[in-house]
Formats: sequence, C-alpha cells, structure tokens
Amino acid sequence: MSVLVDDDTRVVVQGITGGEGKFHAEQMMEYGTDVVAGAVPGKGGQEVSGVPVYDTVHEAVDEENADTSVIFVPPAFAGDAVFESLDSGLDLAVAITEGIPTQDMARVNKRLSETDTRLIGPNCPGLITPGEAKLGILPGNIFAEGNVGLVSRSGTLTYQVVDSLTNRGIGQTTAIGIGGDPIIGTDFVDALELFEDDPDTDAIVMCGEIGGEDEEEAAAFIDDYVDTPVAGFIAGRTAPPGKRMGHAGAIVSGSGTGTAESKISALNDAGVPVGDTPEEVADHIEEFLA
Amino acid sequence: MKLHEYQAKGVFADAGIPTPDSKLASDVDGVVDAAEEIGYPVAVKAQVQVGGRGKAGGIKLVEDADEARDAADSILGMDLKGYHVDRVLVEEAVDFVNELYVGITMDRGEGKPVAMVSTKGGVNIEEVAEEDPDAIAREHIDPSFGMHPYQARKAVYDAGVDQSVARDVSSVLTTLYQLWDDKDGADAEINPLMVTADDEVIAADAVMNIDEDALFRQPELAEMEEEAAGGDELEQKADEYGFDYVRLDGNVGIIGNGAGLVMTTLDLVDYYGGEPANFLDVGGGAKAARIANALDMVFSDDNVDSVVFNIFGGITRGDEVARGINEALEQFDEIPKPVVVRLAGTNWEEGMEILNEDLVTVEQTLEDAVQRAVEYAGEVNDQ
Repeated sequence: MSVLVDDDTRVVVQGITGGEGKFHAEQMMEYGTDVVAGAVPGKGGQEVSGVPVYDTVHEAVDEENADTSVIFVPPAFAGDAVFESLDSGLDLAVAITEGIPTQDMARVNKRLSETDTRLIGPNCPGLITPGEAKLGILPGNIFAEGNVGLVSRSGTLTYQVVDSLTNRGIGQTTAIGIGGDPIIGTDFVDALELFEDDPDTDAIVMCGEIGGEDEEEAAAFIDDYVDTPVAGFIAGRTAPPGKRMGHAGAIVSGSGTGTAESKISALNDAGVPVGDTPEEVADHIEEFLA
Repeated sequence: MKLHEYQAKGVFADAGIPTPDSKLASDVDGVVDAAEEIGYPVAVKAQVQVGGRGKAGGIKLVEDADEARDAADSILGMDLKGYHVDRVLVEEAVDFVNELYVGITMDRGEGKPVAMVSTKGGVNIEEVAEEDPDAIAREHIDPSFGMHPYQARKAVYDAGVDQSVARDVSSVLTTLYQLWDDKDGADAEINPLMVTADDEVIAADAVMNIDEDALFRQPELAEMEEEAAGGDELEQKADEYGFDYVRLDGNVGIIGNGAGLVMTTLDLVDYYGGEPANFLDVGGGAKAARIANALDMVFSDDNVDSVVFNIFGGITRGDEVARGINEALEQFDEIPKPVVVRLAGTNWEEGMEILNEDLVTVEQTLEDAVQRAVEYAGEVNDQ
C-alpha cells in the first residue's frame, strides 16, 4: 500500500503549457502517473502531449474526474493557482513552485483550514509511490518499491537518502517532499500520522533541517503516537546563526530554538536515532528491518 | 532584503508614523551642515546592516559642531563588523522618558502574522523574548481580514502601555501592520518607540525586512535594494550571479544543488574534520555557464584550499554540470585549487564521460568526495 498517491490518482497539471509543466507532465506519464488534464487560463481546448487542456481546474474536475493537482505555475500566480485547487474540491494539491511570497501562503494557509483538500509544498519536489505514480519532479529511477516511508523538507537530500536505501535493496512505500518554506501545507506530523496508519510502512525516515520548530513538534508526536520505528537526519549542523541557508525556513534565530542540536536532542529523546551521515540513516533503517 | 535605517524611516514617515527630524550625509561637512540645520543635540548614526552599532562605536551623540566633526571623522570610513561605513544619518536627539517596542512578523509555526508590543523597549528584544517572554504581548492576525483596531488596542493594553499614550501606540501599530502587509514585509519593527515627557511617541529606530520573493510586486523597494546591498565582497558577487551563498570561516569550498543537500555537504566536511568555507547552492536545473560561475565564485575566496562539488541531479543534469566544470577549469594553465567532483542522479553517466578527469578528482559517493576534499585542504595547510 501507500499514502496519498497510488495508481488510481487522477492528476490535473496546472501550468502544463509552460516549459517545466510540459516536461514534468511527460515525465510523470512516463512513470505511469495518470495525468488526465491540464489547466491553463486561455489555453482551453489545446492538447499537450495527448492531454486535454482546460481553462479552469473546475472544468478538469467536471470533465476528467481529476482528484489531484500538481502546480507548475510561476510564483506571482501560484498562490492563486493553489486557491483554485482548494476551491475545486480536489483531494490533494501539490505545489512545486519555488518563491511564492510568504504573505500569499499565509492566506492560502487560512483557506486550507476551511477546506478538505490536502496541500503538499510549496517549493517541494512532490511525492512518489514507487511502481505506481509520481507527482512532481523527483527522478523516478532512484526509487524502489518497498516498506519504508520517507518525509523530507529538502528535495536533493531526499534523493541522497533514497539512493542510500535503494542501493541496499531497501524500497519505499511513499516518499514525500514537504518543502523548505516557512509556511507549508502538509508537515512532518501529518506525514508521520499517515505512515503510522499505513499497514505496509514498517519504518520511517524523517529528514529535517535547521529553522522553525517542526522537527521538535514531530518528535513530541512520535513520542505520543508513533510505534513504527523512525530514523532521522538533520541538515545544517554547521550553519552559523542568523544566516539564511537557501531555504527560507533554514535560518537559525540564535535564540536556541530551531538549531540542529535542539532538533537532534528532541528526536533522540523521542527514541529516534539521528544519523550523522545519510549512510548512517540507512544503517538505522537496515537495523529496524532486520 | 533589509532596508537601511534611513530607508525604513522614510517608508514609515510617509505612512504617518512619527520619526525624528533627520538627514543623510556622506562627508564631514555634510554632517555638520545637517546638524546645524536640525539643531543640537543630534545623533550621528552609521548606516550599515549590522546590529549593535552603538556598542561598536557606530552611533555618537553630539552637542556642537566640533563634536559633530569628530564623530563624522571617526564613523565615516570606519569598518563596522566587516561593513564599510560610507553614509551616516544625522538625527535630532529625542528627549524621552520611556522606550517601547512594537513589531510585526510572520509566526511560521502558526502560519499567521503576529503583532508584538512590549514596554521593555530600547534593549535586545530577542533577549527579552527568551528571559521574560511574558513581557511581550502578542496578537495573531488573520491575514485575510488584516488587523482589527481592537487587536491593536488589546496588544497595547496587554503589554501594560500607559493609558496616556495607548491610543497613539495603537495607531502606530496599526499603521505598521498596514505597511508590513502592503510592502510584503518579513519583519517590521520599531525599537525603541520613544515616549517623550509630552506623551508623544516617536520611532527612534526603524527595521524593515522585505520578503525577497515578493520584490517583483514592490518596484519602489526593489530600487532601494541596490542601495541596501553591500557588505562582503564575495556575497555581493554571489548576488550578481544569483546564487544562494553564505561565506564561512573554513577552507573547504562547497558547491551543490539544493539547500538541504548543500547543508548536508557542509555538515559532512565538518564531520570528517574539515572546515567549510562557504555554502553555495546553484539551485535547480543549472546550466553549464552557471556551474562555471559557481567555480569562479569559490576560487575567488582566498581562504579556499580545496573545492568539493556535490550534485544529485533531479532537474539538474550531470552532463551540463560536467560541461560547466570543464569550461571553468580549461582556462587555467594550472588549476588554482584541487577540485573533487561527485555526480549522481539525472544524466550522471553522460556527465562522467564528458568530465575532463585530468583536471579534477572524481569520487563516486558523497562520503568519499568530502573526505578527499578535506584531505586536500589539510595538505595545503601542512605546507
């Protein structure tokens, strides 16, 4: 089994006529994802790589029964595109776009709490259930079917850790990149809950980074609720306070919270071993599964 | 993007927040002229983007022209925590009886803006937040409605601000929220907001950080950005190239794609006994020219003794990366610093075929690449 995405998922790609939208829609289809529609205002009636394009997400839902959107819309319009997804009653919206203004995301965040749609991202690589479907930009070939759930704030770090797992013959149920922005939809706690409740997920990898307090909250949640063994990794141990390290979220305030140390010790206290290197994370998972 | 104090004060004053009379000056005569015009006493304040300017000698209170000349002489041209001071703000010295703090920021945990008020102004507010969190009143704002007037009043009364100025402080807070909202602020702060003996409130300092991702819809502020830039020469160069770059103290240069992976590479350099010289993220989908620029960046840091390239391609393609590395290195008769390359993910095999292995050391895994770069950096230091 898997969480959030499987071979029944019906995808509408918002921004499918753009360079990235088109390229990754094709990549997703090649992987086996059921891309049923595109949505681009003003481009209704066209076709991209055999996929019908509609002017609105609502039409894609009405005509093609789309239940999930993947958003490749430029940052200035991406907040609005997410609103459109939420308003269309989709089950899941995945926002790949990097650089959406934070205030736009604060408004999206408010609206999210009033709808039943789940949001992944923004500024994320998407998610994949190996062998079934991928939503987003992850390189499909490094993933393998298996029983480990993975949730990460960083795209390329996800690839690195998955590579270590797959090379040892350890596959994944679903891997979710939740994104590195200060305001995101699905967070660690949400993803951990999904994996805990998934009977086929026997171990979980959680990749965090400096900034914010999401990892500390996740640690408390693991302590209370999660019986599935979890191994962690925290990027940014060597980051100096006060500097922004690429991800908007990856800044250490200097007041003791949000540092790699506080995250690692919170996770350790919840019984989660944290690897010093991605290979060590794979070591822990190997031990859990032995 | 952080505005200079004088820029932020201009924005605040335009919106109706009371600020002291002030003038910008860039030479000694200009400082004296400005001071005469404003009337003594005045404060002479270095306009650089660092905290603790006062303690570092970047702010001086002066009573007459001689003192103004001395202050201008010592502050203009000084090096303040690595930043060259070429402008000062000459400002009316406000006689105050009280100092407050007001600020708006995004509470990322709640995903909502939060307004903050404290009667402990004029000091490091982060320290107050840590030692006496109850001394700061907080009010979360629903971003779809904005700040209601009652919320501003509630924060002000909760903080224990005296009734005599509560109305004016509430009004400043409301205006500050409006500005934060209109200008895509990340943080907007006044510390201190001075209260005079006549119960007037005046913004004696002004902090405004703008969300970089929103500059496209803030053309006026984007223009200020060029002026606000400055500081470390290498960080300026990184801005020109459009890299996420942070300079650090070590000697192992680091280039990678994706913030999390680059941070991990830094951590591994440290883990294997080396010291990272920088964080440099080329971003997603970098083409050959961008890779060459990244190498140029890291080579121009004199502290760098070796370089490690860590690319795990998703959108980024290994062949493009390899072309960029060749392009950057083939122009040298002798490679200035040893370069270790690790390529994985999309098109890594094509990349390996293209890569000129006479110019670089290739390693298959992240761990091996980092260890080799640390070794090289150590050898240079042993000489």
